[in-house]
Amino acid sequence: MSNLGLIISLIVIGAGLLWLLILSLKGREVERRVIFLFVGLAVSIPLLFNITFSEKATPIVMNVFNKIDSLPPGSKVLLSYDYGPSMAPEVDPMSNAFIRHCLTKGHKLYIMALWATGQSLAATAIDSIIKTEFPEKRNGVDYINIGYKAGGTGVLNVIITDIRKMYLTDVSGVNLDSVPIFHGIKSLRDMDLLISIGGGYPGVKEWVLFAGAPGDIPTAGGCAAVSAPLLYPYYPRQMLGLLGGIKGAAEYESELMRRYPRFKASPTPGIKMMGPQTLAHLIIIAFIVIGNISFFISRRKRG
Amino acid sequence: MKRQIPLLITLIVGVVLIVSVFFPPIETLGEDFSLYFDIIAVFAFFLGGGNLIRVHGDKIFKRRPDWGFSIVTIAGFGLMLIAGLFKLFNPGGITADVAAPGSMFQIMYDWIFNPLGATMYALLAFYVASASYRAFRAKNRDATILLVASFVILLGRTPLGVYATSWIPDSLSLLRIPEMAIWIMTSPNLAGQRAIMIGIALGVVSMSLRLILGVERTHLGSDNE
Repeated sequence: MSNLGLIISLIVIGAGLLWLLILSLKGREVERRVIFLFVGLAVSIPLLFNITFSEKATPIVMNVFNKIDSLPPGSKVLLSYDYGPSMAPEVDPMSNAFIRHCLTKGHKLYIMALWATGQSLAATAIDSIIKTEFPEKRNGVDYINIGYKAGGTGVLNVIITDIRKMYLTDVSGVNLDSVPIFHGIKSLRDMDLLISIGGGYPGVKEWVLFAGAPGDIPTAGGCAAVSAPLLYPYYPRQMLGLLGGIKGAAEYESELMRRYPRFKASPTPGIKMMGPQTLAHLIIIAFIVIGNISFFISRRKRG
Repeated sequence: MKRQIPLLITLIVGVVLIVSVFFPPIETLGEDFSLYFDIIAVFAFFLGGGNLIRVHGDKIFKRRPDWGFSIVTIAGFGLMLIAGLFKLFNPGGITADVAAPGSMFQIMYDWIFNPLGATMYALLAFYVASASYRAFRAKNRDATILLVASFVILLGRTPLGVYATSWIPDSLSLLRIPEMAIWIMTSPNLAGQRAIMIGIALGVVSMSLRLILGVERTHLGSDNE
């Protein structure tokens, strides 16, 4: 079904592009609506036919995976939801994969948010991933959601030395001193790994600058594809690894499935979305080529 | 007085925050100042909400173009605010998490705000394709280099890049598209990004000094008094 879908979509899109190429050779511009139609086809057909590709994790993704995998059970991992719904389809698969991986390894998970919109997304993840796939994990013992605090980088400046100066309770109003998961935790320096997922401000970069680097705490990130190039300067010394866009999420999911067969039946939105992304990239390349052909033809006509 | 006090506050806070980094005994003072900043940041929400009502209220009363959308904006804002503030239908009551599953706030967030936000972001794909068709032209040598780099990155971010160049032997692995994409990101991109970041950092230092010393006063509402 997947191969048939791929063949059908390539034939439909290829024939259409050929027609546009012929139009361009005749010196006619392609309308914006036609481009929109092609992008729409490129992203919807792979979803309808469930076209997926095999993924192999690149070193920048593998570094994050290996770090979580190599930490001893009971290690403390902080996961920060620094994004909103607009970015969620791209980065949610990353946070879900991190939650699955950390809890499978028996790590303690501390969830928070530097974005107001992140708190609800974290609540959704706890509800849909932790409570359904890891019913044996207990809130306050194996994981905790301390939620959102306003202040952006100011929050990091404070919790790098004392978490309780900023967070006294979890999102349900339970005092942090009374929950077992927070016993012995004073500041971010007590964490074994910081992971920020986002793509805006404050986000991965601020975690590196205001927490990871000054506190010498291993820091990793996951971000929208458009933000990834801005974060490369911190890799690999200040940031041990990075998941860039849906490709990074797909690579992480495939590695998780390869190493932990229990996740073979779990949803893999990252891998699923690589089909539309692949075809959309091909369409964009084709349109750039067609655009250049029409540009050269019109330039020749002008003399 | 209206100008001198804010300038004095800026001077004191700026100097304390700088000195606290280099002088451990007053490190805690720097943290306290950060804490005060977080308290002040909360008031930005009131300002933001107030501003939203003012701008859209003005639009509705003066019947400006598309004023109907402003009604939707204010209604949505009000409904979300009430649902979150009073934790309406929250399974755990007023003391539970505002984002508790089943709460009105969370239902509205999941079924209205979330899909709308995702849709807005998804529309980018259409505009990117349209813009690339019109703007990515090999007009000169620099534009051509940019064009080739974009092809490599676009293909390198898909499995097709792997399939297309997997036949290249290991000794020439840099010529494989995914490897080339990584090289572009870790070498030319990195160099460019670092240069930009150093420039920004120098700009931030210079602007901070201007603010602390009171030379820069635009944040007070005027730049020359």
